[in-house]
Amino acid sequence: MMKPKKGNSDNQLNKRKPAKTADDKWVLRLYVAGQSPKALTAYANLKKICDEQLKGKYSIEVIDLLINPKLGNEDQILALPTLVRKLPVPVRKIIGDLSDTERVLVGLNLLHIG
Amino acid sequence: MKKAERKSLDKNLLKSPTGIQGFDEITGGGLPTGRPTLVCGGAGCGKTLFGMEFLVRGTTQFNEPGVFMSFEETNEELIKNVASLGFDLEDLIKHKKIALDHVHVERSEIEETGEYDLEGLFIRLNYAIDSIGAKRVVLDTIESLFAGLPNQLILRAELRRLFRWLKEKGVTAIITGERGEETLTRQGLEEYVSDCVIMLDHRVNEQTSTRRLRVVKYRGSMHGTNEYPFLIDENGVSVLPVTSLGLGHIVSNKRISSGITELDKMLEGKGYYRGSTVLVSGTAGVGKTSVAAHFAEAACKRGERVLYFCFEESPNQLMRNMRSIGIKLEPWVHKGLLQFKATRPTLYGLEMHLAVTHKAVNVFKPDIVILDPINTFILGDKENEVKTMLMRIVDFLKGNQITALFTSLTSTESALESSDVGISSLIDTWILLRDIELNGERNRGMYVLKSRGMANSNQIREFILTDHGVRLREVYIGASGVLTGSARIAQEALENAEVLTRKQVIERKKREIERKRNALKAQIATLHADFESEEAEAIKLIKTEKDMINRLEQDKIEMAVSRKSVNGNSKTSKLKK
Repeated sequence: MMKPKKGNSDNQLNKRKPAKTADDKWVLRLYVAGQSPKALTAYANLKKICDEQLKGKYSIEVIDLLINPKLGNEDQILALPTLVRKLPVPVRKIIGDLSDTERVLVGLNLLHIG
Repeated sequence: MKKAERKSLDKNLLKSPTGIQGFDEITGGGLPTGRPTLVCGGAGCGKTLFGMEFLVRGTTQFNEPGVFMSFEETNEELIKNVASLGFDLEDLIKHKKIALDHVHVERSEIEETGEYDLEGLFIRLNYAIDSIGAKRVVLDTIESLFAGLPNQLILRAELRRLFRWLKEKGVTAIITGERGEETLTRQGLEEYVSDCVIMLDHRVNEQTSTRRLRVVKYRGSMHGTNEYPFLIDENGVSVLPVTSLGLGHIVSNKRISSGITELDKMLEGKGYYRGSTVLVSGTAGVGKTSVAAHFAEAACKRGERVLYFCFEESPNQLMRNMRSIGIKLEPWVHKGLLQFKATRPTLYGLEMHLAVTHKAVNVFKPDIVILDPINTFILGDKENEVKTMLMRIVDFLKGNQITALFTSLTSTESALESSDVGISSLIDTWILLRDIELNGERNRGMYVLKSRGMANSNQIREFILTDHGVRLREVYIGASGVLTGSARIAQEALENAEVLTRKQVIERKKREIERKRNALKAQIATLHADFESEEAEAIKLIKTEKDMINRLEQDKIEMAVSRKSVNGNSKTSKLKK
């Protein structure tokens, strides 16, 4: 059976924010493994950046691979945590705990928007 | 269950058989169970296939499901690629015997933004392993991660953790790696995986390539250290463990006919030993192939299986040529007792030939193997290599109780025996065919140079190809040397003439004696007659004399009487009488 490597995985981080308009919708997926410090840091960092840059038009889906290991295949997840920008296309992947804000913005292609 | 396995592992190294032909023999049972093995080698040397076969055979033969995590090829590509080897991956996936997972890392899509680890990979692998209860794992070229992930420090730490994790998980794993410049793998994976390292190699030597496999290290286990040639063909990988063979062949006392009655007679009247190695060598066009074909035909007639490797002629050409001397091979091909394998020696390297031979023999399971001819392998100065290859073939065939017949072309007459010395020590029965040039003729002679374990004839026989196959004749050996062909016939005629003359002399002598005897008899008869006549005459004479004596006596008496009366009268009267 699944053997959680880090911490307890009962507490899901799944939280969503509904998008306001379809055109401007940002769909972000954050892959984590349990509530590891890195996962928590990444989520916090992401939330902060999104609230600053994309207020009201983003949704974050947090996927805990310890609970749904199958889902990792779809986005070719290797490193954790990984942030995947599903929309707008093209899909982009950002790995790490998102502590380097500037690189996150480059990765999300948000620099010129902001 | 897993814990128990791990405990016993500490005491005695367990091995997981790969099912790959020959590989398990080299490693003494397979790969170390529950440990990762590094398979490294250059591009196109068969790493992926080796891994895939390990999994497929593992699940089909040993009931150990496996996970194939590919970092290069997609699942679809993999399925297609290995389908050519007869592996139905889709079916195995459907029955949850094999799980494929394609891990794709695109450098351009990834942005690093701080701390991360490869837990995702662990989770995926773990999920795949648990979903089918896998015991075997292949990570095909995990090194490609180095291209995808920029932070090498994290990557190396994570790989180390991964291999440790695999060990903890108790799966038998193969990790493939590209060969590096100076290290076994480009990224130095051997640093992390050090229980068992296998090196695959694909070398090109004089335009022919040979695949080789070597067990570089195998902790806690004996293993063959040589480079073993291996093959990739429609049945997957097969490694040849032939170099590890010793000299412990079982020997047979059974004899089998060479197919040539007269040759059998030269070999104690029984022929070759079963399982022995026969070399037929000679110059061009002396009939080496004919001797081989005879042997093949005789074997097929006995109902034995013959595998005929021809390296110079195509099977059809060979059969046509043999038909001209009355050896019909086609029926046996149709019956499936005779199989031809025709390849140019230049098609593959020596090792490859060895591997092909090995494989063909394993598949066909013949009683007799013919290699015609072996010296075509010698291209350049590779005689030594050819020798080792032949040694391995000989060992392998002997180990399987297969009688082998090799033909060998010797280039010049002077080096007739010396040029084959390289392999002569491997040969049990060596039949030499040679040209005997005399009186502007070229004839064939055959003799048994050596034949281990039998009192073979030391005679040179004349070797004649007739419509009914090969015939051997006794050659004339006299004061003027060895005579063959027309010289022999002339000599035979000469001898016949001489005999005739001798006979005539005897007749004449006989007649003479007879005549003498007759003369003698006649002489005796004459003498006899003479004697008889003389005797008769003598008797007559004697009688007359006697009569005379009597008369004289009477006369005397009468005279005396007359003198008493008339002296004169009596005298005259006596005279008158």
